[in-house]
Amino acid sequence: MGTIYVDGKACEANPRQNLLHACLSLGLNLPYFCWHPAMGSVGACRQCAVMQFKDAEDTRGRLVMACMTPATDGTRISISDPEAVAFRAGIIEGMMLNHPHDCPVCDEGGECHLQDMTVMTGHDYRRSRFPKRTFHDQYLGPFVYHQMNRCIQCYRCVRFYRNYAGGNDLNSFGITNGVFFGRDQDGVLESEFAGNLVEVCPTGVFTDRTLRRHYTRKWDLQMAPSICGQCGVGCNITMGERYGLLRRVVNRFNSEVNGYFLCDRGRYGYEFVNSEKRVRSAQFQGESVSGEDAERHLQTFTSGGKTLIGIGSPRASLEANFSLRRLVGKENFFAGVADSDGARIRKMVEILQAGPAHSASLRDVEQSDAVLILGEDVTNSAPRMALSLRQSVRQESFDTAQKLRVPLWMDDAVRELAQNTRSPLFIAAPGATRLDDVAARTYRAAPDDVARLGFAVAHEIDAKAPEVVGLSGEMRDLAHTIATALTSAKRPLVVSGPSCRSDAVIESAANVARALCESGHPAGLSLIAPECNSFGLALMDAHPLSEAVAMSRNDGSAVVIVLENDLYRRIPRKTVDNFFESAEHVIVLDSLETDTTAQAELLLPAGPFAESDGTVVSNEGRAQRFFQVFPSEGDVRESWRWLGDAAWTSLDDVVTTLAQEMPQLARVAGAAPSSTFRIKGARVPRESHRYSGRTAMTANISVVEPKPPTDPDSALSYSMEGTQLQPPGALQPFFWTPGWNSIQAVNKFQSEIGGELKGGDPGVRLFDSSAAGAYFNTVPAAFARREAEWMVIPIEHIFGSEELSLRAPGVAELAPGPYLALNATDAAKIGGEGNATEVEVEIGGVKQRLPLKLLPDLPAGVAGIPAGLTALRGEEFPAWSRIERMP
Amino acid sequence: MASERPLTQNIPTDGGVLSLQAYEQVGGFQGLRKALREMTPQQVQDEVKNSGLRGRGGAGFPTGMKWSFTPMGADAPKPKYVVANADEMEPGTFKDRYLMEGNPHQLIEGLALAGFAIEADVAFIFIRGEYKLSQERLLRAIAEAYSAGYLGHDILKSGYSLEMYLHVSGGRYMCGEETGLLNALEGKRANPRAKPPFPQVSGLWGKPTIVNNVETLSNVPHILEKGVTWYQGLSRSKDTGTKLYGASGKVKRPGVWELPMGTPMREILEEHAGGMRDGLRFRGVLPGGASTDFLVEEHLDVPMDYTSVQQAGSRLGTGTMIVLDDQTCPVGMTANLTHFFAQESCGWCTPCWSGLKWATKILDAMEAGKGKPGDLEKLSYLSKFWSPGHTFCALAPGAAEPVQSALKFFRDDFERHIHEQRCPWKS
Repeated sequence: MGTIYVDGKACEANPRQNLLHACLSLGLNLPYFCWHPAMGSVGACRQCAVMQFKDAEDTRGRLVMACMTPATDGTRISISDPEAVAFRAGIIEGMMLNHPHDCPVCDEGGECHLQDMTVMTGHDYRRSRFPKRTFHDQYLGPFVYHQMNRCIQCYRCVRFYRNYAGGNDLNSFGITNGVFFGRDQDGVLESEFAGNLVEVCPTGVFTDRTLRRHYTRKWDLQMAPSICGQCGVGCNITMGERYGLLRRVVNRFNSEVNGYFLCDRGRYGYEFVNSEKRVRSAQFQGESVSGEDAERHLQTFTSGGKTLIGIGSPRASLEANFSLRRLVGKENFFAGVADSDGARIRKMVEILQAGPAHSASLRDVEQSDAVLILGEDVTNSAPRMALSLRQSVRQESFDTAQKLRVPLWMDDAVRELAQNTRSPLFIAAPGATRLDDVAARTYRAAPDDVARLGFAVAHEIDAKAPEVVGLSGEMRDLAHTIATALTSAKRPLVVSGPSCRSDAVIESAANVARALCESGHPAGLSLIAPECNSFGLALMDAHPLSEAVAMSRNDGSAVVIVLENDLYRRIPRKTVDNFFESAEHVIVLDSLETDTTAQAELLLPAGPFAESDGTVVSNEGRAQRFFQVFPSEGDVRESWRWLGDAAWTSLDDVVTTLAQEMPQLARVAGAAPSSTFRIKGARVPRESHRYSGRTAMTANISVVEPKPPTDPDSALSYSMEGTQLQPPGALQPFFWTPGWNSIQAVNKFQSEIGGELKGGDPGVRLFDSSAAGAYFNTVPAAFARREAEWMVIPIEHIFGSEELSLRAPGVAELAPGPYLALNATDAAKIGGEGNATEVEVEIGGVKQRLPLKLLPDLPAGVAGIPAGLTALRGEEFPAWSRIERMP
Repeated sequence: MASERPLTQNIPTDGGVLSLQAYEQVGGFQGLRKALREMTPQQVQDEVKNSGLRGRGGAGFPTGMKWSFTPMGADAPKPKYVVANADEMEPGTFKDRYLMEGNPHQLIEGLALAGFAIEADVAFIFIRGEYKLSQERLLRAIAEAYSAGYLGHDILKSGYSLEMYLHVSGGRYMCGEETGLLNALEGKRANPRAKPPFPQVSGLWGKPTIVNNVETLSNVPHILEKGVTWYQGLSRSKDTGTKLYGASGKVKRPGVWELPMGTPMREILEEHAGGMRDGLRFRGVLPGGASTDFLVEEHLDVPMDYTSVQQAGSRLGTGTMIVLDDQTCPVGMTANLTHFFAQESCGWCTPCWSGLKWATKILDAMEAGKGKPGDLEKLSYLSKFWSPGHTFCALAPGAAEPVQSALKFFRDDFERHIHEQRCPWKS
């Protein structure tokens, strides 16, 4: 660290950073637009001007842009210098010449960075009498609403969309004050990260189109810290509610996980919570019953001495699963996933627990300088991680820049120097992936061949790892290339996961990571978890689902309790039907109607994440707590409340018991402060100071203002009263501070800009890498295509493959229809000429007609169907099937 | 005094082009021959540095010094590039066109020498789209130079190789700014880049690059051929060499002339441009193109060199003058210039894209008889808003120069527009 002098005061600053970063890190107010903490400086908007002085004697100084000036030791600047103050107000005046001042009807109003910066500069009087320029707005899809007249030309949108997220269908067109930021024509934005434009844009050009349908100002939202439930990455989010309706999701900064950005599934999948298909009341034998009645039925069923069979869920919290496990007994607690899937996920967890590679956080992923991905299209299976992987390939260009003394925050200069210089990223997968454009090499092959490549790489690195026999010269070369790149790197990373439905792929990834570590190259390993608590469930010693089916069949009068799970998505339809038929009573807890809830004799309405508290374990092994945003209406309860011990009065009781009974999860108690936590005696409010209408919201029913609900489960309050001091990171409900109403208020909550939250980054890691474990020694044989059959594998889709988000209208709109994919040569074999052809497959005895889709990158002999999007979703994959062309 | 005019004296007076053969007959490519056979790149750099040649594109940066920042030797990044900036879009400026149409080989030789001096691998001539004749003649000349062994692999068996391309640009004023030019050459928007890093370190596609103006490069063969002493002797001032001066506006003979550096403005306007048209009086002049401050009668004896014009309160710029007469409205002229700059603003930095448009609206309102009290203060404010360092590149500071100087010298005219609610020059 060095010292800079700001308005005469000596302050500590990081000389490797720029002055804007330094000033904001010091907590000073300096307005800015084009600079973004994750995207660096480009010097476009000129908003962060300060006076810089040569030395203590210099009184004239010169105006410089803080974002473009290094915070070199000894730098002297003034923020309050009158010339700088006037210039900054002038910049706002320049922007306001054309900005429509439509704040009252703008969705950004009240959380607008432009409003904040305008107030900060003091500009308040319009001197121009001339008309403003206008634009035509575009339709950009179900997620992002476009209103170009508000644009102030900071270029953040295109810099994020193109440079950061790798999209290419959004650009800047035109010149002068008429630069248009949009697509060449109306259409759905192609990037899976387009939703971040809503937060990246400092004003209301890009706003949340889903929020628009049920709009509420930020200050009127009741907000709570939550964890995204729509994949295994565990992004931190803030959810906002008003009048019992979940209004939106925004990013919640966690420097180790999602940083400043989310994927569009995570941001927009929330709307299932407002679905008409929500289970809002308890049902007994198809009739709605009261909560008390439901509780009585549950009591009767579970205390009658019958065998209880509990089916846990990878999309329910640890606490919900634990409550079920305790209710049914640990011998009768089963994983609500297919046996093969469950075993694979347990294997992943064991690999990460055994080490020696460390389980990589997204920050680690982003900082990796050589990456091997085995068997995953990460953008579709763990989307936010793909955004981090896209940044990782920049590491090499950072070295180049540093050699030429170009500071890394000089974004355009670093990118210009970089050109196509990229750190190596290798992707071996059954088809094309959305990261191929930044990959050094791609290898398309059937899962077994992907695994063979992984095993070969491991053997190249460490001869003690098993050898792959019968490898082609080409593959040997590729393995050598990859091994060389990984061993030449300072921070190599291996990424894999269950998308191929192949244990061998995961074992090969583990071998590569182990080989790296054992040959002196400390490596990261990131194994993708398919669901938000897949790893949590895997840590709960649940028995295989097939044993539950067998137990019920043998017992004949068991009581089956299914927790937040649609078993028809997990195992074949017939098996589920038989399972339920063999049971005497079927009890299902869920938040949405599913095929499984339709089979329930007793259906209990469970609160989704927005209406629950609990803990989930991400693929990093990070246990993170989510908090209820608003109390459920009617009889909807958190699953652990339905199932839990009568003695439990709060979540703390569940967590305490869980930590005692399951040592592997003991640290979960540290994921967030307990419900008794207070700051100077006060709770943390879920509502901002300015929450309006509290006395009027229910005045149509009664003019007596109801007492706000109390929250027994957390230190948060359902109120605007409470501490205004910064809580621990896990309890941070929203980012707001006086003068900083937009999400960019996060600056004020970080220890250093872009660094961890002052209250600590949320979550606690459960995995410590050790030196246990050994190489996996079973190398699969090379994939051999069959004459008349294809190996059918599921293909993950960001929009559609996840169960709950698919019930959000916007996500459903972007989900692909059912299809069966073949490469063109294979398609020709069955006489399929293209996408119009209908074909029939037969898997697990179920025949299914599907439209043919040509996927040029699919290996010969392999067919793909969209994961979760066909009637075959419960079947075991990979599966071999004939494919017949339908007339 | 019949002075030497090395850059233009061999250009055919009939509008034709100097062929390769004719160029060689008057000493063409002798400079390149000499450099490749007898000199090291470093010596070529030193020779140009010692000659005192300064950039003729407007900024006047010493050419040899610009070259000297290029990383040299075996460890330098490759490929390296040299680029001739032929985007001549400064209003009132038409000197480079004259050189390219009349003597394209001189530019090619100068560019090849610049290439050799920094050990470049590839050369581009970046030319604006409207210069059709220049393009035709350059293309032919490049082909001739390749055939004669002055370009391509192993030039004149020296071991040095240079590929040269003509790039016809879509054309924007911003492409004349060297980093905007490089972005455009890469196929991107012609937005300027932050400096540092300078193009010599990270230029075209992130590789070491130098960009020089056409006239600058056209000087280089002569410096190499005839030497520093000869070159310095061409000038009438401290700044060396000759300069292509131009004049446009209502003078009797608008045109472009190569004269000793430091020729006084009055001499150029009266002897070469023939003075004002009959019945018109001189009121002011933009000495070096649209982006330089107005000078007026009292400045007419200023020698046209970098230092003297700067001391007079303006810039030599491109050395091509736009003359304002007493029957042309100075407000209208300022509005016209500001329109140009506003329309050419790339839209990157706020003072430029926003402020220039505002200024045009104020000036248009004044011309339309809708000026208001306070408008002059706003224009004055804006011209300071566009100061160097406030903006990302030099476009807006350049645009500020005619505005701020017009306000200084023609303030009465501006005030009349507001008081009379009309343009007094319009009937």
